[in-house]
Amino acid sequence: MNLQKVIFAFFILSALTLNFGFFYGDIENPAHHNVYELFVVVVVNLIATVLKIGDRTQLGAVLLATSLVADLQLIAAAITWGVVVNMMPGGMTPDHMTSIVSLSGGALLANVVSVVLLVVDTLMSRR
Amino acid sequence: MPNIAFVLLRRMQAPLIVLILAYATAVLGFVLIPGQDAQGAPWRMGFFHAFYVVSYTATTIGFGELPYPFTEPQRFWMIATVYLTVVAWMYAIGVLFSLVQDPAFRALVKQMAFSRAVRRIVEPFYIVCGYGDTGSSVVRGLTEAGLRAVVLDMNPDRINALQLDDLRSPVPGLCADAGRPDNLVTAGLKNRYCAGILALTNVDQTNLQVTITSKLLRPELLTIARAHTADSSENIRSAGADHVLNPFALSARIVGNAVHAPSLYALDERMTSVPHEPWSPPLNPPRGQWVLCGYGRFGQALHQALLGEGIQCTIVEADTRIAEHVPGCVLGRGTEADTLQQANIRGAQAIIAGTDNDANNLSIVINARALNPNIFVVARQVHRDNEEIFQKAKISLVMQFGNILAGEVFSIVTSPLIVDFLRLSQHKEESWASELRLRIRNMMGEQNPDRWSIDVRSNTAPALSLAVTAGVPVSIGDLRRDPTQREQLLDAIPLLLKRGEEFRMLPKEAEVLQKGDQLLFCGPKRSRTRMLGTIRNPNTLHYVLTGEDRTSRFLDKIAVR
Repeated sequence: MNLQKVIFAFFILSALTLNFGFFYGDIENPAHHNVYELFVVVVVNLIATVLKIGDRTQLGAVLLATSLVADLQLIAAAITWGVVVNMMPGGMTPDHMTSIVSLSGGALLANVVSVVLLVVDTLMSRR
Repeated sequence: MPNIAFVLLRRMQAPLIVLILAYATAVLGFVLIPGQDAQGAPWRMGFFHAFYVVSYTATTIGFGELPYPFTEPQRFWMIATVYLTVVAWMYAIGVLFSLVQDPAFRALVKQMAFSRAVRRIVEPFYIVCGYGDTGSSVVRGLTEAGLRAVVLDMNPDRINALQLDDLRSPVPGLCADAGRPDNLVTAGLKNRYCAGILALTNVDQTNLQVTITSKLLRPELLTIARAHTADSSENIRSAGADHVLNPFALSARIVGNAVHAPSLYALDERMTSVPHEPWSPPLNPPRGQWVLCGYGRFGQALHQALLGEGIQCTIVEADTRIAEHVPGCVLGRGTEADTLQQANIRGAQAIIAGTDNDANNLSIVINARALNPNIFVVARQVHRDNEEIFQKAKISLVMQFGNILAGEVFSIVTSPLIVDFLRLSQHKEESWASELRLRIRNMMGEQNPDRWSIDVRSNTAPALSLAVTAGVPVSIGDLRRDPTQREQLLDAIPLLLKRGEEFRMLPKEAEVLQKGDQLLFCGPKRSRTRMLGTIRNPNTLHYVLTGEDRTSRFLDKIAVR
């Protein structure tokens, strides 16, 4: 049992689960997508990225890349949200919600890859 | 080699996570804590505004309470935010600064800069290991001759000296152990522009290691190594070094030549010194009785050379362990008058001050002159920094390893045939040497000649090698024709012709060149430039051979049209 590994896996898994929680629901319906959840997803993803820095293996490089992809998409989604709510005259519309949620969907995919790689690596090292 | 950005980020991991968490906590607090707008109606800050407020607070810019004046709970949270985020930033910046000042990290940054500088060199360059007296004068000579160099040295002071030295082209230097193969690779050993490797450190083991590494990784590279004992010379030679230079053997050769045939010595010196420097006056070392002070490796090598010339030496040595094995040895340093008198300095013709201490050597010279004003003086100079006082002491022959080795290395690198020429000239008589010396003197006046070689098969002489391959008879005399006016001959003396394994000293002008021939010339720089032009340009070569000017014919044709 290694606390460092627990924390590492915790953040990578949380990034996926929170991302899924935000993504899940009617794609156009703002009531199904919580802004606090998006905030937490961004923060957890950033922390997961920093934790992944420093592993020099090929696997480490791919893990870092997936995290960077997820970060970019989530930050794009957060900026879209901020712009829409604060600067658009009409406020949040189903159209805008769709683009925000689809961006988070892309990040979700990257997070899935990340978790799959983590699980595969864990299984390989067991043998 | 690790990537610098990743090394930096890995060490910054903890501060980055602290920063992210601090920001997240502060932002979340502002979003959750209720506030009010200008009219006093309840209002909640969005993530956008919260991030805005935290951003200017954390960086201590502090625009104030935006967009509406804060409520008491918000101010309460503001206090927490200020301390949390500012401390997080200070922690991050502190870690960054300590990392940048970390010696290991700085070494990595220097290594990166060095390997980038080496990769940018796109012309032939030499790796010089060791930047002491020898290394620094070799590097100076190479850069003056338009060649590039890269330096490795263990001592950081010497690398600093390299950066301060005023050289003609930039010379990248790295403070690293040349004995380690990865450092040699960083210095460009595998680079295709690497032309040779010069192992000039004062540690024989390192030089051996460098030789082995270079011969295993790049067997075709020119490798020159310095060695201080006969044993390690043999070792390095069998490791495959193309040239092994032993400063003691070289000094012995110089003194031997000077005694054996003064003209030969003068020739040797001219061939291995920097071109176009005023030439030193000829020496006439006396035969007869010599006094040799200091019987270490230097003294022993010189003693052998002098014995070979049939000269008797009285040996003065301070170390009793050495002195007891030498018959007739006078015990003492030679810096005292009575020791020198015991060695019969008044009856001696010459004295060698050969200890490994410059102050002692100068003291020996001064004492010897006081007792015998007309004595011929040879002195060993250990440190380059003492150049000036040795010059002032008006010593006939100063032996400084750095200069001796550097001259030899420079000759090998710029024209390898010189080494063969000097080796072969050892077997010639004094009359041969003095005749050649006179010819050079008539040609060059009081200056040292420039030396250059012509290689008939290589791509440095494309026009010549094409002509010779096509069967056009080109003689040595043809090459001497002036490409601007072929009736006149350039001032140049063909010194050596190498044909296969055969060497011909002072080849005849009528000799017709064959494929694979190598030729060594000496003469003024002007001749060198013109001759190198002839062998490179087919039109110039055609004019020199036939007197027919192809270029003007071509221009005529255009003019007629």
